[in-house]
Amino acid sequence: MSRAVTATLRVNGEERTVAFPGHHTLLEVLREECALTGTKHGCELGECGACTVLVDGRPVLSCLTLACQHEGREIETVEGLADGNRLGPLQVAFADLGAAQCGYCTPGILMAAEAMLREQPRPSRERIAEQLSGNLCRCTGYLKIVEAVEWAAAVRRGEDAGPPPEILFGHPEPGRPGGDAPGRRPSETASSNT
Amino acid sequence: MLRLPPFRLRTPSSLEEAARIVAGEGPAARFVAGGTDLWPNMKRRHQKADTVVSLMAVPGLAELRGDTGGNLEIGGTVTLDRVERDERVQTRFPALARAVASISSPPLRNMGTIGGNLCVDTRCTYYNQTEEWRRSIDYCLKEEGTVCWVAPGSSRCWAHTASDSAPMLAALGARVRLAGAEGEREIPLADLYRDDGIDYLGKRPEEVLSRVVVPAEADAGHCRSAFWKLRRRGSIDFAVLSVAVALWQEHGVVTRARIHLGAVASWPVGAEKAAEALVGRPVGDEEAIREAAKLVRRVATPMDNTDFLAQWRGVMAERYAESALREASGLEVTGLAPNHRLVG
Repeated sequence: MSRAVTATLRVNGEERTVAFPGHHTLLEVLREECALTGTKHGCELGECGACTVLVDGRPVLSCLTLACQHEGREIETVEGLADGNRLGPLQVAFADLGAAQCGYCTPGILMAAEAMLREQPRPSRERIAEQLSGNLCRCTGYLKIVEAVEWAAAVRRGEDAGPPPEILFGHPEPGRPGGDAPGRRPSETASSNT
Repeated sequence: MLRLPPFRLRTPSSLEEAARIVAGEGPAARFVAGGTDLWPNMKRRHQKADTVVSLMAVPGLAELRGDTGGNLEIGGTVTLDRVERDERVQTRFPALARAVASISSPPLRNMGTIGGNLCVDTRCTYYNQTEEWRRSIDYCLKEEGTVCWVAPGSSRCWAHTASDSAPMLAALGARVRLAGAEGEREIPLADLYRDDGIDYLGKRPEEVLSRVVVPAEADAGHCRSAFWKLRRRGSIDFAVLSVAVALWQEHGVVTRARIHLGAVASWPVGAEKAAEALVGRPVGDEEAIREAAKLVRRVATPMDNTDFLAQWRGVMAERYAESALREASGLEVTGLAPNHRLVG
């Protein structure tokens, strides 16, 4: 009944011509035809936010939108946050701070946060919580997620910002990384882990 | 993966064409706008369609503009996010901005539309479940079954209205335009709804909700309004109760009032007697507000069909009506439920 369609999608700045059944969601096409499996499938009913991607810069749940309706629009997935092997500030902050535990919700949260930081470089905690209120995380308890977004926002603004040392390493100790260096930036070492 | 069943997607470029397709195909065809209600329902096989008619390519349907009389016209496919962020809505209809901002979560508001929220499917504990769950206890009345599991002796379905914009827009006295194959008609928004969980919309299936008209007389310069919503979490969850109020006054005396309740019946219930109790009384008369809230309780008769105890939702209807009326009257707000958060 539903015919296969061929569409050219612009994903992370790259044009991809893909063929897929016309009733498939953007989530299915990103994962199955484009092999971009960074976007996760969680509830697939719009309740968890794991599949959040950006369409024309705004957060969209890819499980609840048809891929064929996205020709000519700018789609961004978590894979687009990194520049080659170099992770973006949000990714580095999440990795360094331990804001990801099992990590399944992380790509959706990164995209929702990315959309906010482009519009609002200095969001309040309440604003961050509101922006991420459609993304469920069952591991972290959200505190580190909010802190990581605050940290990444500061780094993006070009501030010499670091996380509270006690959050990273327990009580600050002289001589340990972060212990006596308040101006620490998200580390480069995190990017080599992926 | 939880996949959509196959269907044919049509993307007409005019309202007449959209109406003609649905009129021609009958119940096998459905409209879709943002998709945040239809796609989950189709994934869970609640709602079925051979043909889905997308309204997103119809020109002019996504316009939000003021007309010459000072009314605000919101096109059917304007996203909830745009309504919530619009400066005219925020300054002239702040309670509408709050009601819309309380819907679901930011990505869903970025996708869902005002027309979709006004036509959103009714909800029930026995309906919004997986296919396996529903089959295991036998399908309910709303879905090809013969028994309403909320009220097994009942011949009707008791699923509750799930729209937050509907009670607010009804209280503001908004009107909706419906476009069919033979042209458009305009009706009061409150008349769009029927007190039936299955047949909850009083429009013909092929009619498209093309526009909402919010009257100038309901803006902040003429009317004071408030919206209160009760749910377990501060986001994502549907309301288990909402109260929308609008008050008009002259020289400190209430001249007109409207109170509508969401989520306690199959339609946005109007509490006319409660509203009448306020008319002729001074704005902010605490005794009048308490009387009105008690009368709200009489029309709030929730069934055991969603989160929380039905009886408690009824008790909270009185509390929230009092709070909403106090807020609209400029009094200090009391009666908050635990974790209640005012949006915006």
